[in-house]
Amino acid sequence: MAFVPPKESFAGRVFPVTIGSEVQETFGGENTLPFHTFEGEVPHRPLIAYEIQDVPPDDWPETVRMVYDGVSDDPVKWARHCVEELKARAITLRLIGTHPDNKDLSADDAAKTVSEVLGAVKVPFIVLGSNHVEKDSEVLVKAAEAAKGHNCIIGKAQEANYKTIAAAAMASGHKLIAMSELDINLSKQLNILITQMGFEKERLITDPMCSALGYGLEYTYSVMERIRLAALAQNDAVMQPPLVGDVGMYVWKIKETQAPEDALPEWGALEQRGILWEALTATSLMLSGAELLILRHPKAVDAVEGFIDELL
Amino acid sequence: MLIIGEKLSIIAKRVREAMMKRDKGPIQEIARAQHKGGAGMIDANIGPAEDGGEELMEWMVTTIQEAVPLPVCLDTTNYAAVEAGLKVHNNDYGLPMINSTSNDPERFPMLELAARYSCLIIGLTVGKGGLPADEEERSAIAAEIMARAMEYGVPLENLYLDPLVLQISTTQEQALKVIKTIGMFQELNDPPMKTVVGLSNISNGCPRHVRPVLNRYLLALLMYEGLTAAIADPLEVRETVKTIDVLMNRTLYAHSYLEM
Repeated sequence: MAFVPPKESFAGRVFPVTIGSEVQETFGGENTLPFHTFEGEVPHRPLIAYEIQDVPPDDWPETVRMVYDGVSDDPVKWARHCVEELKARAITLRLIGTHPDNKDLSADDAAKTVSEVLGAVKVPFIVLGSNHVEKDSEVLVKAAEAAKGHNCIIGKAQEANYKTIAAAAMASGHKLIAMSELDINLSKQLNILITQMGFEKERLITDPMCSALGYGLEYTYSVMERIRLAALAQNDAVMQPPLVGDVGMYVWKIKETQAPEDALPEWGALEQRGILWEALTATSLMLSGAELLILRHPKAVDAVEGFIDELL
Repeated sequence: MLIIGEKLSIIAKRVREAMMKRDKGPIQEIARAQHKGGAGMIDANIGPAEDGGEELMEWMVTTIQEAVPLPVCLDTTNYAAVEAGLKVHNNDYGLPMINSTSNDPERFPMLELAARYSCLIIGLTVGKGGLPADEEERSAIAAEIMARAMEYGVPLENLYLDPLVLQISTTQEQALKVIKTIGMFQELNDPPMKTVVGLSNISNGCPRHVRPVLNRYLLALLMYEGLTAAIADPLEVRETVKTIDVLMNRTLYAHSYLEM
Protein backbone atom coordinates (compact mmCIF):
# COMPACT_ATOMS: atom_id res chain seq x y z
CA MET A 1 0.00 0.00 0.00
CA ALA A 2 1.27 3.46 -0.89
CA PHE A 3 2.21 5.76 1.95
CA VAL A 4 -0.41 8.42 2.58
CA PRO A 5 0.97 11.33 4.57
CA PRO A 6 -1.30 12.18 7.49
CA LYS A 7 -3.00 15.56 7.23
CA GLU A 8 -3.96 17.75 10.12
CA SER A 9 -7.05 19.89 9.73
CA PHE A 10 -8.34 22.53 12.10
CA ALA A 11 -11.73 23.82 13.18
CA GLY A 12 -10.57 27.44 13.33
CA ARG A 13 -9.58 29.99 10.72
CA VAL A 14 -7.67 33.27 10.86
CA PHE A 15 -9.81 36.29 9.93
CA PRO A 16 -8.94 37.76 6.54
CA VAL A 17 -8.30 41.51 6.85
CA THR A 18 -8.61 43.86 3.88
CA ILE A 19 -7.06 47.33 4.01
CA GLY A 20 -6.89 50.30 1.64
CA SER A 21 -9.56 52.04 -0.39
CA GLU A 22 -8.67 52.59 -4.05
CA VAL A 23 -5.97 49.94 -3.96
CA GLN A 24 -6.61 47.12 -1.52
CA GLU A 25 -4.60 44.30 0.01
CA THR A 26 -5.87 41.32 2.00
CA PHE A 27 -3.90 39.15 4.38
CA GLY A 28 -4.82 36.32 6.77
CA GLY A 29 -7.75 34.02 6.02
CA GLU A 30 -5.91 30.71 6.33
CA ASN A 31 -7.27 27.64 8.13
CA THR A 32 -3.93 25.94 8.52
CA LEU A 33 -0.46 26.56 9.94
CA PRO A 34 1.78 29.01 8.08
CA PHE A 35 2.43 27.89 4.49
CA HIS A 36 0.86 24.45 5.09
CA THR A 37 -0.90 24.62 1.74
CA PHE A 38 -0.82 20.81 1.63
CA GLU A 39 -3.13 20.68 4.66
CA GLY A 40 -5.50 23.61 4.24
CA GLU A 41 -6.26 26.88 2.51
CA VAL A 42 -3.87 29.81 2.46
CA PRO A 43 -5.90 32.27 0.39
CA HIS A 44 -3.64 35.31 0.84
CA ARG A 45 0.08 36.04 0.84
CA PRO A 46 1.61 37.68 3.86
CA LEU A 47 1.70 41.44 3.33
CA ILE A 48 4.95 43.38 3.63
CA ALA A 49 4.70 47.10 4.33
CA TYR A 50 7.62 49.50 3.83
CA GLU A 51 8.27 51.67 6.86
CA ILE A 52 8.58 55.43 6.47
CA GLN A 53 8.58 58.19 9.09
CA ASP A 54 7.19 61.68 9.58
CA VAL A 55 10.70 62.97 10.31
CA PRO A 56 14.05 62.15 8.63
CA PRO A 57 15.44 58.83 9.87
CA ASP A 58 18.44 60.25 11.68
CA ASP A 59 18.50 57.35 14.12
CA TRP A 60 18.56 54.67 11.42
CA PRO A 61 21.98 53.12 10.71
CA GLU A 62 23.80 54.42 7.66
CA THR A 63 23.32 51.21 5.65
CA VAL A 64 19.54 51.52 5.61
CA ARG A 65 19.37 55.33 5.81
CA MET A 66 21.40 55.80 2.61
CA VAL A 67 18.86 53.77 0.63
CA TYR A 68 16.41 56.63 1.13
CA ASP A 69 18.88 59.51 0.61
CA GLY A 70 17.19 62.40 -1.13
CA VAL A 71 13.63 61.26 -0.35
CA SER A 72 13.53 60.67 3.39
CA ASP A 73 13.61 64.38 4.21
CA ASP A 74 9.95 64.53 3.15
CA PRO A 75 7.41 61.79 3.95
CA VAL A 76 5.46 62.47 0.74
CA LYS A 77 8.53 62.01 -1.43
CA TRP A 78 9.52 58.97 0.62
CA ALA A 79 6.11 57.35 0.19
CA ARG A 80 6.12 58.04 -3.56
CA HIS A 81 9.60 56.54 -3.84
CA CYS A 82 8.45 53.36 -2.07
CA VAL A 83 5.43 52.95 -4.31
CA GLU A 84 6.88 54.09 -7.63
CA GLU A 85 10.45 52.85 -7.44
CA LEU A 86 10.28 49.99 -4.95
CA LYS A 87 6.75 48.80 -5.86
CA ALA A 88 5.61 48.73 -2.23
CA ARG A 89 2.29 46.90 -1.73
CA ALA A 90 1.66 48.82 1.49
CA ILE A 91 3.29 51.54 3.57
CA THR A 92 3.68 52.04 7.30
CA LEU A 93 3.91 55.65 8.37
CA ARG A 94 5.45 55.84 11.80
CA LEU A 95 4.80 59.16 13.53
CA ILE A 96 8.00 58.91 15.55
CA GLY A 97 8.52 62.68 15.44
CA THR A 98 5.62 63.10 17.86
CA HIS A 99 7.51 61.35 20.67
CA PRO A 100 8.38 63.80 23.49
CA ASP A 101 12.01 62.65 23.33
CA ASN A 102 12.11 63.12 19.55
CA LYS A 103 10.75 66.34 18.02
CA ASP A 104 7.60 66.34 20.17
CA LEU A 105 5.50 67.24 17.11
CA SER A 106 1.86 67.95 17.88
CA ALA A 107 -1.15 65.82 17.02
CA ASP A 108 -2.08 68.44 14.43
CA ASP A 109 1.35 68.17 12.83
CA ALA A 110 0.85 64.42 12.66
CA ALA A 111 -2.61 64.77 11.14
CA LYS A 112 -1.22 67.08 8.47
CA THR A 113 1.51 64.61 7.55
CA VAL A 114 -1.03 61.78 7.40
CA SER A 115 -3.30 63.75 5.06
CA GLU A 116 -0.45 64.73 2.77
CA VAL A 117 1.03 61.27 2.52
CA LEU A 118 -2.31 59.52 2.06
CA GLY A 119 -3.20 62.06 -0.62
CA ALA A 120 -0.01 61.34 -2.53
CA VAL A 121 -0.10 57.55 -2.97
CA LYS A 122 -2.85 54.97 -3.29
CA VAL A 123 -1.49 51.83 -1.59
CA PRO A 124 -2.93 50.75 1.79
CA PHE A 125 -1.50 52.45 4.87
CA ILE A 126 -0.61 51.53 8.39
CA VAL A 127 -0.38 54.58 10.64
CA LEU A 128 1.59 54.07 13.83
CA GLY A 129 2.28 56.38 16.73
CA SER A 130 5.56 56.69 18.56
CA ASN A 131 4.73 54.03 21.18
CA HIS A 132 4.45 56.72 23.84
CA VAL A 133 1.31 55.73 25.73
CA GLU A 134 0.01 59.21 26.57
CA LYS A 135 1.13 60.99 23.44
CA ASP A 136 -0.25 58.25 21.17
CA SER A 137 -3.73 58.74 22.62
CA GLU A 138 -3.70 62.33 21.31
CA VAL A 139 -1.77 61.74 18.11
CA LEU A 140 -3.59 58.64 16.90
CA VAL A 141 -7.03 60.19 17.46
CA LYS A 142 -6.17 63.06 15.10
CA ALA A 143 -4.29 60.78 12.73
CA ALA A 144 -7.26 58.41 12.51
CA GLU A 145 -9.57 61.31 11.69
CA ALA A 146 -7.19 62.62 9.04
CA ALA A 147 -7.10 59.13 7.46
CA LYS A 148 -10.88 58.68 7.48
CA GLY A 149 -12.12 56.89 4.39
CA HIS A 150 -8.76 55.29 3.62
CA ASN A 151 -9.43 52.04 5.52
CA CYS A 152 -6.04 52.06 7.22
CA ILE A 153 -4.60 50.17 10.13
CA ILE A 154 -4.10 52.37 13.21
CA GLY A 155 -1.73 51.40 16.00
CA LYS A 156 -0.74 50.56 18.44
CA ALA A 157 -3.39 50.25 21.09
CA GLN A 158 -1.92 49.04 24.39
CA GLU A 159 -3.43 48.16 27.75
CA ALA A 160 -2.92 51.71 29.03
CA ASN A 161 -4.48 53.57 26.09
CA TYR A 162 -6.64 51.14 24.12
CA LYS A 163 -9.96 52.84 24.93
CA THR A 164 -9.13 56.12 23.22
CA ILE A 165 -7.32 54.58 20.29
CA ALA A 166 -9.87 51.84 19.63
CA ALA A 167 -12.67 54.40 19.79
CA ALA A 168 -10.81 56.60 17.28
CA ALA A 169 -10.20 53.68 14.91
CA MET A 170 -13.83 52.64 15.20
CA ALA A 171 -15.15 56.17 14.55
CA SER A 172 -13.09 56.56 11.38
CA GLY A 173 -13.57 53.05 10.04
CA HIS A 174 -10.02 51.76 10.42
CA LYS A 175 -8.49 48.48 11.49
CA LEU A 176 -6.51 48.39 14.73
CA ILE A 177 -3.28 46.86 16.03
CA ALA A 178 -3.53 45.64 19.64
CA MET A 179 -0.10 45.31 21.23
CA SER A 180 0.82 43.53 24.40
CA GLU A 181 4.27 42.75 25.73
CA LEU A 182 5.25 39.15 25.00
CA ASP A 183 2.56 37.56 27.12
CA ILE A 184 0.07 35.23 25.48
CA ASN A 185 -2.60 35.63 28.16
CA LEU A 186 -2.36 39.43 28.20
CA SER A 187 -2.55 39.40 24.42
CA LYS A 188 -5.85 37.54 24.60
CA GLN A 189 -7.02 39.79 27.43
CA LEU A 190 -6.36 42.97 25.43
CA ASN A 191 -8.28 41.58 22.45
CA ILE A 192 -11.18 40.76 24.77
CA LEU A 193 -11.17 44.22 26.32
CA ILE A 194 -11.14 45.90 22.91
CA THR A 195 -13.96 43.73 21.57
CA GLN A 196 -15.99 44.42 24.71
CA MET A 197 -15.98 48.08 23.64
CA GLY A 198 -17.86 47.05 20.53
CA PHE A 199 -14.81 46.91 18.24
CA GLU A 200 -15.23 43.92 15.94
CA LYS A 201 -12.60 41.24 16.39
CA GLU A 202 -12.55 40.81 12.60
CA ARG A 203 -10.97 44.28 12.39
CA LEU A 204 -8.14 43.61 14.82
CA ILE A 205 -4.51 42.73 14.21
CA THR A 206 -2.60 41.23 17.12
CA ASP A 207 0.93 42.43 17.91
CA PRO A 208 2.44 40.22 20.61
CA MET A 209 5.57 42.48 20.40
CA CYS A 210 8.43 41.84 18.04
CA SER A 211 12.05 41.13 18.85
CA ALA A 212 15.13 40.75 16.65
CA LEU A 213 17.08 37.60 15.99
CA GLY A 214 19.50 37.25 18.87
CA TYR A 215 17.44 39.57 21.09
CA GLY A 216 14.54 37.42 22.20
CA LEU A 217 13.18 36.35 18.82
CA GLU A 218 12.33 32.96 20.31
CA TYR A 219 9.92 34.64 22.77
CA THR A 220 8.00 36.36 19.99
CA TYR A 221 8.17 33.18 17.95
CA SER A 222 6.63 30.97 20.61
CA VAL A 223 3.94 33.49 21.61
CA MET A 224 2.92 33.83 17.96
CA GLU A 225 2.96 30.08 17.51
CA ARG A 226 0.77 29.59 20.59
CA ILE A 227 -1.67 32.28 19.45
CA ARG A 228 -1.96 30.65 16.06
CA LEU A 229 -2.58 27.22 17.58
CA ALA A 230 -5.28 28.67 19.86
CA ALA A 231 -6.91 30.21 16.79
CA LEU A 232 -6.78 27.03 14.71
CA ALA A 233 -6.80 24.03 17.04
CA GLN A 234 -8.90 25.47 19.88
CA ASN A 235 -11.01 27.62 17.54
CA ASP A 236 -10.54 30.55 19.91
CA ALA A 237 -12.22 33.44 18.10
CA VAL A 238 -10.45 36.11 20.15
CA MET A 239 -7.12 34.79 18.92
CA GLN A 240 -8.15 34.63 15.24
CA PRO A 241 -7.06 38.11 14.10
CA PRO A 242 -3.89 38.10 11.95
CA LEU A 243 -0.50 38.77 13.57
CA VAL A 244 1.90 41.60 12.78
CA GLY A 245 5.68 41.55 13.01
CA ASP A 246 7.03 45.10 13.38
CA VAL A 247 10.47 43.93 12.38
CA GLY A 248 12.53 46.82 11.03
CA MET A 249 12.35 48.94 14.15
CA TYR A 250 13.80 46.16 16.27
CA VAL A 251 16.43 44.90 13.85
CA TRP A 252 18.04 48.20 12.87
CA LYS A 253 18.96 49.21 16.37
CA ILE A 254 21.01 46.17 17.41
CA LYS A 255 24.78 46.04 17.21
CA GLU A 256 24.86 43.33 14.53
CA THR A 257 23.32 45.78 12.04
CA GLN A 258 25.68 48.59 13.02
CA ALA A 259 29.10 47.29 14.07
CA PRO A 260 31.61 48.32 11.35
CA GLU A 261 33.55 45.75 9.34
CA ASP A 262 36.96 47.07 10.37
CA ALA A 263 36.11 46.51 14.03
CA LEU A 264 34.57 43.05 13.52
CA PRO A 265 35.79 41.63 10.20
CA GLU A 266 34.67 38.12 11.14
CA TRP A 267 31.02 39.31 11.10
CA GLY A 268 31.18 39.97 7.37
CA ALA A 269 30.00 42.84 5.19
CA LEU A 270 27.94 45.33 7.21
CA GLU A 271 25.24 46.14 4.69
CA GLN A 272 24.60 42.56 3.75
CA ARG A 273 24.63 41.56 7.41
CA GLY A 274 21.86 44.05 8.24
CA ILE A 275 19.74 42.98 5.27
CA LEU A 276 20.10 39.33 6.21
CA TRP A 277 19.29 40.07 9.83
CA GLU A 278 16.07 41.83 8.87
CA ALA A 279 15.07 39.18 6.33
CA LEU A 280 15.78 36.28 8.70
CA THR A 281 13.88 37.86 11.57
CA ALA A 282 10.92 38.47 9.26
CA THR A 283 10.89 34.99 7.75
CA SER A 284 11.13 33.38 11.18
CA LEU A 285 8.10 35.31 12.35
CA MET A 286 6.18 34.40 9.20
CA LEU A 287 6.86 30.76 9.96
CA SER A 288 5.39 31.18 13.43
CA GLY A 289 2.27 32.96 12.18
CA ALA A 290 2.84 36.61 11.20
CA GLU A 291 0.78 37.66 8.17
CA LEU A 292 1.74 41.34 8.18
CA LEU A 293 5.39 42.50 8.31
CA ILE A 294 6.85 45.96 8.61
CA LEU A 295 10.32 46.23 7.08
CA ARG A 296 12.85 48.91 6.19
CA HIS A 297 15.45 47.70 3.70
CA PRO A 298 14.26 47.06 0.10
CA LYS A 299 16.67 44.15 -0.30
CA ALA A 300 15.27 42.52 2.83
CA VAL A 301 11.77 42.98 1.41
CA ASP A 302 12.87 41.36 -1.86
CA ALA A 303 14.42 38.43 0.00
CA VAL A 304 11.26 37.86 2.06
CA GLU A 305 9.01 38.14 -1.00
CA GLY A 306 11.22 35.58 -2.74
CA PHE A 307 10.92 33.29 0.26
CA ILE A 308 7.12 33.59 0.15
CA ASP A 309 7.17 32.81 -3.58
CA GLU A 310 9.03 29.60 -2.89
CA LEU A 311 6.70 28.48 -0.12
CA LEU A 312 3.33 29.36 -1.65
CA MET B 1 -18.58 20.30 26.23
CA LEU B 2 -22.13 20.11 24.95
CA ILE B 3 -24.73 21.56 27.32
CA ILE B 4 -28.26 20.37 26.58
CA GLY B 5 -30.58 22.99 28.08
CA GLU B 6 -32.89 21.28 30.56
CA LYS B 7 -35.34 24.05 31.30
CA LEU B 8 -38.13 23.08 28.91
CA SER B 9 -39.60 20.31 31.01
CA ILE B 10 -43.22 19.47 31.60
CA ILE B 11 -42.37 19.16 35.29
CA ALA B 12 -42.06 22.94 35.54
CA LYS B 13 -45.47 24.54 36.08
CA ARG B 14 -44.90 27.51 33.77
CA VAL B 15 -43.68 25.26 30.94
CA ARG B 16 -46.49 22.76 31.46
CA GLU B 17 -49.12 25.50 31.22
CA ALA B 18 -47.55 26.93 28.10
CA MET B 19 -47.47 23.45 26.54
CA MET B 20 -51.12 22.84 27.34
CA LYS B 21 -52.21 26.23 26.04
CA ARG B 22 -49.81 26.05 23.08
CA ASP B 23 -48.47 29.42 24.17
CA LYS B 24 -45.20 29.95 22.30
CA GLY B 25 -44.13 32.99 24.35
CA PRO B 26 -42.72 31.34 27.50
CA ILE B 27 -41.24 28.38 25.57
CA GLN B 28 -39.32 30.62 23.18
CA GLU B 29 -38.24 32.96 25.93
CA ILE B 30 -36.72 30.08 27.89
CA ALA B 31 -35.14 28.62 24.76
CA ARG B 32 -33.51 31.97 23.92
CA ALA B 33 -32.17 32.41 27.44
CA GLN B 34 -30.62 28.94 27.33
CA HIS B 35 -29.11 29.56 23.91
CA LYS B 36 -27.58 32.81 25.14
CA GLY B 37 -26.31 31.00 28.25
CA GLY B 38 -24.34 28.58 26.09
CA ALA B 39 -26.67 25.65 25.39
CA GLY B 40 -25.75 23.73 22.25
CA MET B 41 -29.03 21.80 22.20
CA ILE B 42 -32.43 22.19 23.87
CA ASP B 43 -34.13 19.33 25.73
CA ALA B 44 -37.88 19.15 25.11
CA ASN B 45 -39.29 17.02 27.92
CA ILE B 46 -42.97 16.36 27.30
CA GLY B 47 -43.27 13.46 29.77
CA PRO B 48 -44.98 10.20 28.75
CA ALA B 49 -47.50 12.24 26.70
CA GLU B 50 -49.89 9.42 26.13
CA ASP B 51 -52.60 11.65 24.68
CA GLY B 52 -51.69 13.92 21.81
CA GLY B 53 -47.95 13.36 22.25
CA GLU B 54 -47.22 13.50 18.54
CA GLU B 55 -48.83 16.83 18.00
CA LEU B 56 -47.26 18.24 21.18
CA MET B 57 -43.71 17.20 20.22
CA GLU B 58 -44.16 18.60 16.72
CA TRP B 59 -45.27 21.88 18.22
CA MET B 60 -42.37 21.93 20.70
CA VAL B 61 -39.71 21.25 18.04
CA THR B 62 -40.99 23.90 15.65
CA THR B 63 -41.59 26.41 18.44
CA ILE B 64 -38.05 25.99 19.79
CA GLN B 65 -36.39 26.07 16.39
CA GLU B 66 -38.31 29.19 15.39
CA ALA B 67 -36.59 30.94 18.30
CA VAL B 68 -33.07 29.48 18.35
CA PRO B 69 -30.78 27.86 15.73
CA LEU B 70 -30.21 24.72 17.80
CA PRO B 71 -31.04 21.03 17.54
CA VAL B 72 -33.61 19.54 19.94
CA CYS B 73 -33.32 16.61 22.33
CA LEU B 74 -36.62 14.73 22.13
CA ASP B 75 -37.35 13.68 25.69
CA THR B 76 -40.30 11.29 26.03
CA THR B 77 -41.04 7.59 26.26
CA ASN B 78 -43.68 7.98 23.56
CA TYR B 79 -42.29 6.40 20.37
CA ALA B 80 -44.82 8.05 18.04
CA ALA B 81 -44.14 11.46 19.60
CA VAL B 82 -40.40 11.05 19.04
CA GLU B 83 -40.97 10.16 15.39
CA ALA B 84 -43.30 13.13 14.93
CA GLY B 85 -40.59 15.39 16.37
CA LEU B 86 -37.88 13.91 14.13
CA LYS B 87 -40.04 14.51 11.05
CA VAL B 88 -40.32 18.26 11.61
CA HIS B 89 -36.84 18.79 13.05
CA ASN B 90 -34.61 21.23 11.12
CA ASN B 91 -31.32 19.33 10.81
CA ASP B 92 -29.51 22.41 9.45
CA TYR B 93 -29.05 23.34 13.11
CA GLY B 94 -27.50 19.97 13.96
CA LEU B 95 -28.71 16.42 14.45
CA PRO B 96 -31.60 15.84 16.86
CA MET B 97 -31.13 13.52 19.83
CA ILE B 98 -33.52 10.88 21.17
CA ASN B 99 -33.82 10.77 24.96
CA SER B 100 -33.65 7.79 25.37
CA THR B 101 -33.18 4.08 24.84
CA SER B 102 -32.00 1.62 27.52
CA ASN B 103 -31.52 -2.08 28.03
CA ASP B 104 -35.27 -2.49 28.51
CA PRO B 105 -36.78 -4.24 25.44
CA GLU B 106 -39.66 -1.76 25.50
CA ARG B 107 -37.14 0.96 24.62
CA PHE B 108 -35.46 -0.85 21.70
CA PRO B 109 -37.77 0.70 19.09
CA MET B 110 -36.08 4.04 19.83
CA LEU B 111 -32.89 2.55 18.32
CA GLU B 112 -34.82 1.73 15.21
CA LEU B 113 -35.87 5.38 14.94
CA ALA B 114 -32.30 6.57 15.56
CA ALA B 115 -31.10 4.35 12.71
CA ARG B 116 -33.87 5.36 10.33
CA TYR B 117 -33.51 9.11 10.95
CA SER B 118 -29.68 9.02 11.38
CA CYS B 119 -29.88 10.97 14.61
CA LEU B 120 -28.20 10.90 18.01
CA ILE B 121 -29.54 8.81 20.86
CA ILE B 122 -28.97 8.53 24.60
CA GLY B 123 -28.45 5.02 25.95
CA LEU B 124 -29.47 5.00 29.59
CA THR B 125 -27.60 2.16 31.31
CA VAL B 126 -30.51 0.61 33.13
CA GLY B 127 -32.30 -2.60 32.32
CA LYS B 128 -35.60 -4.17 33.16
CA GLY B 129 -34.23 -5.24 36.54
CA GLY B 130 -34.00 -1.80 38.16
CA LEU B 131 -31.13 0.54 39.00
CA PRO B 132 -27.52 -0.48 38.37
CA ALA B 133 -25.48 -1.16 41.50
CA ASP B 134 -22.07 0.14 40.48
CA GLU B 135 -19.74 1.09 37.62
CA GLU B 136 -19.18 -2.54 36.57
CA GLU B 137 -22.87 -3.17 36.18
CA ARG B 138 -23.31 0.11 34.29
CA SER B 139 -20.52 -0.87 31.89
CA ALA B 140 -21.98 -4.33 31.34
CA ILE B 141 -25.34 -2.80 30.46
CA ALA B 142 -23.60 -0.24 28.24
CA ALA B 143 -21.92 -3.03 26.29
CA GLU B 144 -25.30 -4.66 25.71
CA ILE B 145 -26.81 -1.39 24.50
CA MET B 146 -23.85 -0.89 22.16
CA ALA B 147 -24.33 -4.37 20.69
CA ARG B 148 -28.03 -3.66 20.26
CA ALA B 149 -27.29 -0.31 18.60
CA MET B 150 -25.01 -1.98 16.05
CA GLU B 151 -27.66 -4.60 15.42
CA TYR B 152 -30.16 -1.84 14.62
CA GLY B 153 -27.64 0.04 12.47
CA VAL B 154 -26.96 2.97 14.80
CA PRO B 155 -23.31 4.07 14.45
CA LEU B 156 -21.59 4.05 17.85
CA GLU B 157 -20.53 7.69 17.40
CA ASN B 158 -24.24 8.59 17.52
CA LEU B 159 -24.76 6.84 20.85
CA TYR B 160 -24.33 8.80 24.10
CA LEU B 161 -24.03 6.53 27.15
CA ASP B 162 -25.79 7.80 30.29
CA PRO B 163 -24.70 6.25 33.63
CA LEU B 164 -27.82 7.57 35.38
CA VAL B 165 -27.03 10.14 38.04
CA LEU B 166 -28.91 9.39 41.27
CA GLN B 167 -29.93 11.64 44.14
CA ILE B 168 -27.23 12.47 46.64
CA SER B 169 -29.81 12.72 49.40
CA THR B 170 -30.95 9.10 49.03
CA THR B 171 -28.06 7.20 47.44
CA GLN B 172 -24.92 9.07 48.34
CA GLU B 173 -22.50 6.25 47.50
CA GLN B 174 -23.67 6.27 43.86
CA ALA B 175 -22.17 9.66 43.02
CA LEU B 176 -18.58 8.41 43.01
CA LYS B 177 -19.62 5.31 41.08
CA VAL B 178 -21.15 7.52 38.37
CA ILE B 179 -17.97 9.59 38.18
CA LYS B 180 -15.86 6.46 37.73
CA THR B 181 -18.28 5.10 35.12
CA ILE B 182 -17.57 8.04 32.76
CA GLY B 183 -13.98 6.87 32.40
CA MET B 184 -15.00 3.22 31.98
CA PHE B 185 -17.59 3.99 29.30
CA GLN B 186 -14.96 5.65 27.14
CA GLU B 187 -12.82 2.53 27.24
CA LEU B 188 -15.58 0.42 25.72
CA ASN B 189 -14.65 1.53 22.21
CA ASP B 190 -11.96 3.16 20.12
CA PRO B 191 -12.62 6.00 19.38
CA PRO B 192 -13.98 6.46 22.93
CA MET B 193 -17.72 6.27 23.53
CA LYS B 194 -19.54 9.55 24.09
CA THR B 195 -21.16 10.16 27.44
CA VAL B 196 -24.01 12.24 28.81
CA VAL B 197 -25.65 12.81 32.20
CA GLY B 198 -28.82 14.35 33.54
CA LEU B 199 -26.81 16.53 35.88
CA SER B 200 -29.36 18.07 38.22
CA ASN B 201 -30.63 14.66 39.25
CA ILE B 202 -27.81 14.69 41.81
CA SER B 203 -29.51 17.48 43.76
CA ASN B 204 -33.11 16.42 43.38
CA GLY B 205 -34.79 16.75 46.76
CA CYS B 206 -32.08 19.03 48.17
CA PRO B 207 -32.66 22.58 49.44
CA ARG B 208 -32.82 25.23 46.75
CA HIS B 209 -29.61 27.03 47.71
CA VAL B 210 -27.59 23.78 47.76
CA ARG B 211 -28.68 22.53 44.36
CA PRO B 212 -26.49 24.69 42.08
CA VAL B 213 -23.46 23.96 44.27
CA LEU B 214 -23.87 20.20 44.00
CA ASN B 215 -24.59 20.42 40.27
CA ARG B 216 -21.51 22.51 39.49
CA TYR B 217 -19.01 20.49 41.50
CA LEU B 218 -20.29 17.20 40.13
CA LEU B 219 -19.97 18.59 36.61
CA ALA B 220 -16.37 19.60 37.28
CA LEU B 221 -15.48 16.05 38.35
CA LEU B 222 -17.32 14.55 35.40
CA MET B 223 -15.59 16.90 32.95
CA TYR B 224 -12.24 15.83 34.35
CA GLU B 225 -13.22 12.24 33.60
CA GLY B 226 -14.02 13.21 30.00
CA LEU B 227 -17.78 13.75 29.92
CA THR B 228 -19.07 14.71 26.44
CA ALA B 229 -22.44 16.26 27.22
CA ALA B 230 -24.72 17.21 30.12
CA ILE B 231 -28.40 17.94 30.33
CA ALA B 232 -28.23 20.96 32.62
CA ASP B 233 -29.15 24.59 33.10
CA PRO B 234 -26.55 26.46 31.01
CA LEU B 235 -26.90 29.61 33.07
CA GLU B 236 -26.07 27.63 36.18
CA VAL B 237 -23.04 25.75 34.84
CA ARG B 238 -21.45 28.13 32.32
CA GLU B 239 -18.74 29.33 34.74
CA THR B 240 -17.92 25.75 35.64
CA VAL B 241 -17.57 24.73 32.00
CA LYS B 242 -15.37 27.72 31.13
CA THR B 243 -13.21 27.26 34.21
CA ILE B 244 -12.65 23.54 33.72
CA ASP B 245 -11.85 24.16 30.04
CA VAL B 246 -9.19 26.64 31.16
CA LEU B 247 -7.82 24.38 33.90
CA MET B 248 -7.59 21.48 31.48
CA ASN B 249 -5.82 23.71 28.92
CA ARG B 250 -8.58 23.43 26.34
CA THR B 251 -8.97 27.20 26.08
CA LEU B 252 -6.37 29.89 26.49
CA TYR B 253 -6.56 31.75 29.79
CA ALA B 254 -7.20 35.52 29.90
CA HIS B 255 -8.32 37.57 32.91
CA SER B 256 -11.74 38.06 31.31
CA TYR B 257 -12.21 34.41 30.33
CA LEU B 258 -15.55 34.18 32.18
CA GLU B 259 -16.96 36.97 30.05
CA MET B 260 -16.22 35.25 26.76
